[in-house]
Amino acid sequence: MGQHAAFILGSYAVTTLVVLGLILRALLDHRAQQRHLSQLEARGARRRSARG
Amino acid sequence: MIWDLANPTRFMGYSGRALPWLGGLAALTLGIGLVMAWGAPPDYQQGETIRIMFLHVPAAWLSLFFYSTMAVSALGTLVWRHPLADVSQKAAAPIGAAFTFICLVTGSLWGKPMWGTYWVWDARLTSVLVLFLMYCGVMALWRTIDEPARAARAVSILTLVGAVNVPIVKFSVDWWSTLHQPASVFRVDGPTIHPSMLYPLLVMALAFTLIGITLHLAGMRTEILRRRVRTLTILEAERLDAQAA
Repeated sequence: MGQHAAFILGSYAVTTLVVLGLILRALLDHRAQQRHLSQLEARGARRRSARG
Repeated sequence: MIWDLANPTRFMGYSGRALPWLGGLAALTLGIGLVMAWGAPPDYQQGETIRIMFLHVPAAWLSLFFYSTMAVSALGTLVWRHPLADVSQKAAAPIGAAFTFICLVTGSLWGKPMWGTYWVWDARLTSVLVLFLMYCGVMALWRTIDEPARAARAVSILTLVGAVNVPIVKFSVDWWSTLHQPASVFRVDGPTIHPSMLYPLLVMALAFTLIGITLHLAGMRTEILRRRVRTLTILEAERLDAQAA
């Protein structure tokens, strides 16, 4: 890669970090919402349509 | 099909089954794309820096793809009142912003060794920066209004106003004299890139698209859960209020 190695590897490093960040954010956010939902349902919270 | 998925519960079922397959396909395509990208010959003029193209160009395409997705979803919110349109809009914004950021940074890192500068205020670079700022504005607006339906209407209008920038980004290299090169893949007279670089580029673009769609579906699922949490929290508060009264 010669004299341009830093530019090439820097591009791949930034892209990897951003994409991994997106994946991590998606996973953590989904888990957090699932946890909130489980806690609410455990406390007896139900949607009106689900009460029958 | 789109109206069949209008029911969030049905959407959660379908998307939950599709997500692992999409994620696996995205990872496989990315692996193949990276092997092809690093196996491609250096460019006769740009040398090894051509490897930046395999990230920069797919990211640029996705930056426009996700803004277009938001614009169509905005129409879905305002005109067709599709129940998942604003969910799609909200989930698309951070993904589009991230790919626009990748496009700007990799473009800058490619520009320095090839043009001698990280940045010039030419029409293509400036319009992509405006696109990034539009994404930031849309995400900020989502956060300022608490009620999702009201926020969706305001964001839809902002998104549609900002959609004017999409053709400006695409055709800026034709309409103005820019340091950025003109289009070399999607041209009326066909691609001008040698197949040894075109095929890895197309595979990387497919991989980025699959990653983006997987993240978008995942984001939509999380947004549906967030809205259920919000609804249940309000209902629980109302129930506690009624008990206390």
